[in-house]
Amino acid sequence: MTDVTNSSAADLSTALQAGELSSVEVTRAYLDRIAADDDTIGAYLHVDADAALKAAEDIDAARAKGAELGPLAGVPLALKDVVVTEGVPTTSGSKILEGWRPPYDATLAARLKAAGTVLLGKTNMDEFAMGSSTENSAYKVTRNPWDTDRIPGGSSGGSSAAVAAGLAPWAIGTDTGGSIRQPAAVTGLVGHKPTYGSVSRYGLIAFSSSLDQAGPMTRTVLDAALLHEAIAGHDPLDSTSIDSPVPVLAECARRGAEGDLSGLKVGVVTELGGDGHSEGYDPGVLARVAEAVALLESMGAEVRQVSCPAFDLALPAYYLIAPSEASSNLARFDGVRFGLRVGEDGSRDLDEVMALTREQGFGPEVKRRIILGTYALSSGYYEAYYGQAQKVRTLITRDFTTAWDEVDVLVSPTSPTVAWNIGDRVDDPVAMYAADLCTLPASLAGVPAISVPCGLSDGLPVGFQIMAPALADDRCYRVAAALEAAQDAARGHVLLAGIAPKENSPS
Amino acid sequence: MSDTLVDFDEVLTRYEPVIGLETHVELGTASKMFCGCSTTFGAEPNTQTCPVCLGLPGSLPVVNADAIESTIRIGLALGCRIASWSRFARKNYFYPDIPKGFQTSQYDEPLCTAGHLDVELDGETYRVEIERVHIEEDTGKNLHVGGATGRIHGADHSLVDYNRAGIPLVEIVTRPIPGAGAKAPEVARAYVTELREILLALGVSEVRMEQGNLRSDVNTSLAPIGSLEWGTRTETKNVNSLRSVERSVRFEMRRQAAVLDAGERVVQETRHFHEDTGSTSSGRSKEEATDYRYFPEPDLVPIAPDEEWIDELRAALPELPAARRIRLREEWGLSDTEMAWLVNAGAVELVSDTVAAGASPADARKWWLGELARRANDAGTELSQLAVTPAQVAELIGLVAAGTVNDQLARQALDGVLAGEGDPAAVVESRGLAVMGDSDELVAAVEAAIEGNPDVADKVRGGKVQAIGALVGAVMKTTRGKADAGTVKRMLEERLVSE
Repeated sequence: MTDVTNSSAADLSTALQAGELSSVEVTRAYLDRIAADDDTIGAYLHVDADAALKAAEDIDAARAKGAELGPLAGVPLALKDVVVTEGVPTTSGSKILEGWRPPYDATLAARLKAAGTVLLGKTNMDEFAMGSSTENSAYKVTRNPWDTDRIPGGSSGGSSAAVAAGLAPWAIGTDTGGSIRQPAAVTGLVGHKPTYGSVSRYGLIAFSSSLDQAGPMTRTVLDAALLHEAIAGHDPLDSTSIDSPVPVLAECARRGAEGDLSGLKVGVVTELGGDGHSEGYDPGVLARVAEAVALLESMGAEVRQVSCPAFDLALPAYYLIAPSEASSNLARFDGVRFGLRVGEDGSRDLDEVMALTREQGFGPEVKRRIILGTYALSSGYYEAYYGQAQKVRTLITRDFTTAWDEVDVLVSPTSPTVAWNIGDRVDDPVAMYAADLCTLPASLAGVPAISVPCGLSDGLPVGFQIMAPALADDRCYRVAAALEAAQDAARGHVLLAGIAPKENSPS
Repeated sequence: MSDTLVDFDEVLTRYEPVIGLETHVELGTASKMFCGCSTTFGAEPNTQTCPVCLGLPGSLPVVNADAIESTIRIGLALGCRIASWSRFARKNYFYPDIPKGFQTSQYDEPLCTAGHLDVELDGETYRVEIERVHIEEDTGKNLHVGGATGRIHGADHSLVDYNRAGIPLVEIVTRPIPGAGAKAPEVARAYVTELREILLALGVSEVRMEQGNLRSDVNTSLAPIGSLEWGTRTETKNVNSLRSVERSVRFEMRRQAAVLDAGERVVQETRHFHEDTGSTSSGRSKEEATDYRYFPEPDLVPIAPDEEWIDELRAALPELPAARRIRLREEWGLSDTEMAWLVNAGAVELVSDTVAAGASPADARKWWLGELARRANDAGTELSQLAVTPAQVAELIGLVAAGTVNDQLARQALDGVLAGEGDPAAVVESRGLAVMGDSDELVAAVEAAIEGNPDVADKVRGGKVQAIGALVGAVMKTTRGKADAGTVKRMLEERLVSE
């Protein structure tokens, strides 16, 4: 295997286990690519080449000694900067955490470390995961490798850009309202938001606690399943963690790739781009999604339209619940115990120092959401806003429950449009929020949803979303793998191979 | 500016007080409410902390099951209804001693509701209705450096110790208590006293008020007698001794009466109690108070204790203080009044333990309410704080009963025990306090007394037997009190009267 940085993580794993490649070779290949291209892409906030190579050497040494290593051992990886990593700078894309080196590891970071993965670095993101373009990062702009004038999606845009550009074989993202799925969709990746509670949130810097989930962002469905298995499972440190066995996902992905979907009932959600609901959707996106649905049908799936009326209310409900929780979650950034402290010159009292710190430490979108959430939780407004939004959430969950009586999975576009130009929506938050239209229902209901590429529109990737009942993540992988295999076969190569001639040349 | 005060008795000619108490109790669990950190008191600042109780980004709470159990047991002891489904809520406000920018507490879905506690006072029973018992986490502790008084005003800077942050805190809230009239200050005190006894019996907290294990916010309001509406209340925060609870109510009644007499209105506000002057002063006004923006804590799942478990906990409750008092009163053969004295002196457990160590109830009661109460009073402390254990008191009583020491010598032995010289028997030995037997030394002292007081000896011989007391006194003086007066008298009688 010569083309390391255009390989799937599964292939790298195989080559590492077979001794065809060393972890140092693989790691160095990615570090070289990062050194060459990340000035343009801007995927990473922090890269520690020495630490990565040292970790890779350790794995190689252990392998040489005949140590029993797991399948992920020696495979490099990037983590969204929302994941707390012991001794490694963690900012959540915010100036308020600049220079903070956490004293502990997030559970998923610890699990990946224990599995022998090599941390390449921490990826850029919208500040505190609030955004759909990564333009809200306090640090830098991240560019879409398909077209560097365009956004890589968000908030996990550093992770999506890194994997799409070959600067990491795979990455961890987090998804509150679509922050794994939408960036995966607009960069031609696979991104899965697991069932709420199936991946530990311990050590993820909280945006909206009742919605946040971490998940894989990868080149292939099988990679996503492998990475998901590595981070899943009960965690006693997270009270909302579900105490159930780690799901079998990679096997489902492999079986799904065989292309037999007979017996599978697929519901196409009317409210997400269907008849009478197509305003704001790119025709190219709807066309690719329709083709994907037809492809599923050709593999034996039984397709029908399903109406989920409450989905129309997902956007306003989400933009009350998430900011409400965020307004409380972000209260701890007060300059007292960690991170930025502004105005400590002895002339100011505590309230002023806290206010100045938050004034200067938070960006405009974060402030907007804190204000929104503070208002929604205020005495006298709580019932009208937060209370109502929770009722809508119940209605959305009911729509899903009703749908599961009829179908096994629900499908839709992942995002209404392809990647837009950098700067296009920065002054129009509502247009920015609309990018999450299709991903919000699954977030609010806590059900799993995957985005898998379904072709290009105007030369840019389109994502296809597959949603399943809680704890039935395996269905997402099965269907996504079938679609991926059928499309790759028809296309003759993986979608990402079409990204740009430069990325495509054998190294 | 000092407040105008109305004489207490005069207050009651025009106003009816209503009181209410919110009491915070730190539970004695081994670990904190939402993390595994130790709860030991007095450790070096910030040594009992972790990412969770420091509120570091990414950390998450996990509920301490022991704390839930303790809260339910408190609720059961107070006759509360235990919720089958209860949730935590976030109370949002900024202050450096709350690490997360919110306190994880309970709001509209507390664990226990609708209980009561009967308080006995001077033969009357006052029923205090309990509105709710809920569980939350304690805050850290601010230390203000550079000011004269340790208060924030005038301080150069402040330090925060997060060792206390996250210690489980139970809040017990009464409904308003009307109808106590002149007894309102004492009812408030008696309520906290009784609550403390219950918490001790349950073993859920050390309830050391001086360490802040138990702190009460005391609400007081006055309404004109006959008025159908209650007055505006003030909330005196963090009152941390039984005596202060009583004094704070008394002070607020007198202050509010003066305000109302002047035709002004009582401001709804929090007030601080000052131990030195027994007065309260204005804190933050509730009318401009923060909106806490309570909402259900999304990082925790609801608590749903099952019926069976609650029944088990109820069945396993220890004997509660009120029932125990009735039983002990009967066992000890005391009247209601005598028992009430013991209760008021906080001596029930001490007497009980002394009896358990072998003393008779009468002796134990006599010592604790007599000599020991006097010592505690002189030292300005509580009986339970004296450096003598019930076992040592029982030993002392035993030494008196055996005639090894008399009462006076026993008091000297007690001096030694309190001075840390060891158990009573050891002190008697080391200080040479034992009563002299019918020894040669005593015979010599008796002879010396007769020879030294021939006139008195003659009177006794002449039949004036009551004059023998002067001779006994002389013997006691030469023996420095170590002789047994009865023995001396008998010996003198043998020498003088039988002739």
